[in-house]
Amino acid sequence: MADGERNSGEGYVLLSPTLVVMGLALAAPLLLMTLTSLKSQQGLSFGEGWTLAQYGAVLGKASYRALFIRSVVISGAVTAATVCLAYPIAYFVAFHARRKFLWLVALTVPFWTSYLLRVFAWKIILGFDGVINSGLMRLHLIGQPLGFLLYNPFAVVVTLAHAWAAFAVLPIYVSLEKIDRSLLEAASDLGDGAVRRFLRITLPLSLPGVIGAAILIFVPTTGDYVTPALVGGTQGTMIANLIEVEFNGVGNWPLGAALSLVSMAMVAVIAGLFVAGARAVARSAR
Amino acid sequence: MSFLSLSGIRKSFGGLAVVNDVSLEVARGEFFALLGPSGCGKTTLLRMIAGFETQDNGTITIDGEAMNAVPPHQRPTNMVFQSYAIFPHLNVFDNIAYGLRKRKLPRDALRAKVEAMLATVRLEGLGGRAADQLSGGQRQRVALARALIREPKLLLLDEPLGALDKRLREAMQLELRAIQRQIGITFLLVTHDQEEALSLSDRVAVMESGRILQVAAPRTLYERPNCRQVADFIGEMNFFHATVRQITDAEVTVNAGILGIVTFPRANLAPGITVDQHILLAIRPEHVRFADSGVAGEIADATFLGARSHFHVRVAGRTEPVAVSGHAAPSRGTVHLAFPPDRLIGLPTDD
Amino acid sequence: MKNRGLLFYAFAYLAFLYLPVLVLPVFSFNNSEFIAFPLSGFTTRWYAALASDGAMQHALGNSLKVGIVTALLSTILGLSAARAVTRYRLRGAGAALGFISLPLFIPDIVLGLSLLLLLGAAGLPLSLAAVVLGHLLVCVPFALTVLIARFEGFDRNLDEASADLGEDGWMTFWRVTFPLMLPGIVASLLLTFITSFDEFLLAYFLSGTEATLPVYIWGQLRFPERLPMVLALGAIILGASVGLVILAEYVRNLGARKPMVGA
Repeated sequence: MADGERNSGEGYVLLSPTLVVMGLALAAPLLLMTLTSLKSQQGLSFGEGWTLAQYGAVLGKASYRALFIRSVVISGAVTAATVCLAYPIAYFVAFHARRKFLWLVALTVPFWTSYLLRVFAWKIILGFDGVINSGLMRLHLIGQPLGFLLYNPFAVVVTLAHAWAAFAVLPIYVSLEKIDRSLLEAASDLGDGAVRRFLRITLPLSLPGVIGAAILIFVPTTGDYVTPALVGGTQGTMIANLIEVEFNGVGNWPLGAALSLVSMAMVAVIAGLFVAGARAVARSAR
Repeated sequence: MSFLSLSGIRKSFGGLAVVNDVSLEVARGEFFALLGPSGCGKTTLLRMIAGFETQDNGTITIDGEAMNAVPPHQRPTNMVFQSYAIFPHLNVFDNIAYGLRKRKLPRDALRAKVEAMLATVRLEGLGGRAADQLSGGQRQRVALARALIREPKLLLLDEPLGALDKRLREAMQLELRAIQRQIGITFLLVTHDQEEALSLSDRVAVMESGRILQVAAPRTLYERPNCRQVADFIGEMNFFHATVRQITDAEVTVNAGILGIVTFPRANLAPGITVDQHILLAIRPEHVRFADSGVAGEIADATFLGARSHFHVRVAGRTEPVAVSGHAAPSRGTVHLAFPPDRLIGLPTDD
Repeated sequence: MKNRGLLFYAFAYLAFLYLPVLVLPVFSFNNSEFIAFPLSGFTTRWYAALASDGAMQHALGNSLKVGIVTALLSTILGLSAARAVTRYRLRGAGAALGFISLPLFIPDIVLGLSLLLLLGAAGLPLSLAAVVLGHLLVCVPFALTVLIARFEGFDRNLDEASADLGEDGWMTFWRVTFPLMLPGIVASLLLTFITSFDEFLLAYFLSGTEATLPVYIWGQLRFPERLPMVLALGAIILGASVGLVILAEYVRNLGARKPMVGA
């Protein structure tokens, strides 16, 4: 449109305040983080010169590696659980619900509360004296409170799966909703029963939404702090908890920075592999 | 002096000349059409007149005033957009009254004006209707009313009837013509529909690839196209290759291959054609006659269209069948075609 | 038949979603310091206690300040960026948008800590202003998404029609663009306000001595006797959020067809 061609200068002017702010709040700090990771901690300040020692420590220490693996495994479990639980409800709303808007609102209202409070609510629910245990004991279904509900990876997975539910339901719903209904009718017309039709048409066409949801959930979950801190106990800590320790008080800032960057890089690589893998599978299935 | 004057207009997008040296004169009170296929530059030309695009070269003058530095909101033009561009957050009344805000009319005067315009476009009583509750034809009329109420010197219409179904389109065409006659404003219509251009306009400019091929009244365009593109674009035309043998003051004689030696009026020959030149001999399907003798052919197919029938007649020595439009074929099988000389037109070939 | 199974699943899923959320109001009215069954009778004393909790109210005030400023700033920044990207053909627009959306893919702990480093390097103190900066990081992408979607659904001809009918750039914005953008602007303000209001981690790192409400709540979590009050607070926030969303929907539908000239 000629309007745009003539006045693109105006466009850049409009875009610049946002870019400047984001540059200030994002690029500069991340750059600092990177620089910090290349330093060493000496007492209360940084040592002279640059070093890769922190990265060596991060990648070398077995306990760190174990922590990374645990974080990835937990996020993976959260992602899988959330997406799998969300798909049927998204399917229901897209294909069978009459008042879709109402359902969507009902599904998103719980997320208008503070995340912190929701995690805390799970702590109350899963606790030794918590809602589930006291309820089950009251109903005389168990004699002793269940101890495995809280302060372990299980609690972290349940809590995070709940926290991210809406982020899975909505993208999957959108991609299901977009499917041209006449495609499904054509499949039936050509002899596919309901299950076949789902596997051959609906599922593949909704895959972009599913992959999008998976990435959307996996990437931030690995770096989550609040949930492991409140309900993870010592068995369910994740990277973010360790990073926070290093930045708190007299920790090792460069080490914390290196931990942050390594975890981000790791997540990016995994996510990238996942997307590439999903695409390859989709292509071969055709 | 002409009312709208375009002189040497050029416009390029990304190196491609979309409008290529266009000059045009439109008289006051005329219903004028820009006709051409998609991509010929007609809409770009219209938008330049409205002020939404700026030409690379050339001048646009409206009623003696040069428009080069004038922004769209200050030009004495108003436009009916192809998508109608009805403001969705305003009702019909407010849409129509939108452009009158600056005149600061007292409430009663404003209401009277809007109601008069509603009557003109036959939307009486619909002032309070919400924008999203209008049918396509109604939206078109609101767009028209909104533009007309400002009493522009020039009304620009960008394919205004394209989105309507056939019956509605034909009804709206008649209404547009009637409104234009009633109000007397100069209308400039852009369309790719040749029937629309021909039925509504006083004069039509046929455009192709950024240039104007011919400007004339509809009848002249139909009966005396000046080149193959115009002849082909307007209605249907049969073309035969021929070579000019002789030109006198009154007549032209050509060697027309399967048609033999043909003589037709000098007036039907496009200007600038000389002896020995290759030309296209053209005749409309409805002028080709079935006769007892003449060029022999076989009817390849026949389509019944109600008032007339359309035939394709295969003729020896020619790959494309001859299109004939008439009432009935005399018989099945072999027929003979006659080509009345006074209906033949001589056009330059494309080289 | 499949419907029946799916329907059951749907309601079970809803129950799973609402379970923790309902814990808040249910136990906030429970006359016991222990968050466990059996219930001990109805009481409003936890809510009453909130009214006299000065520290909580101060934190609430801070959250409101930060939330409102964040909402306004991120919506304004989102508006200008959205308009730039949808109205003009800009080279590198895709890269710019990707960059602006980057915070959504970076864990907030990294965002918070790197901002901490920035403040330290620049010699700036931890404060509510720092919290606003952090919140802008995560709120601007949301605002941008909402506003771009709104701009793209906009018939470009409307701006031209307004100019054609005599209005210059400013009046066109005021009479056409702004009213039509209003639902998007309201949605953006709402979304960013709530995001900022509920945001914990960035505030935790950047607020220094002035706590926002989530930071205050975090501080209270280690005291079991304070828990019912925290639940009461949470229940109020839940109610307010839901009410706000409903109000926003109502306003949005109300403003859709308001005539500007009396008919």
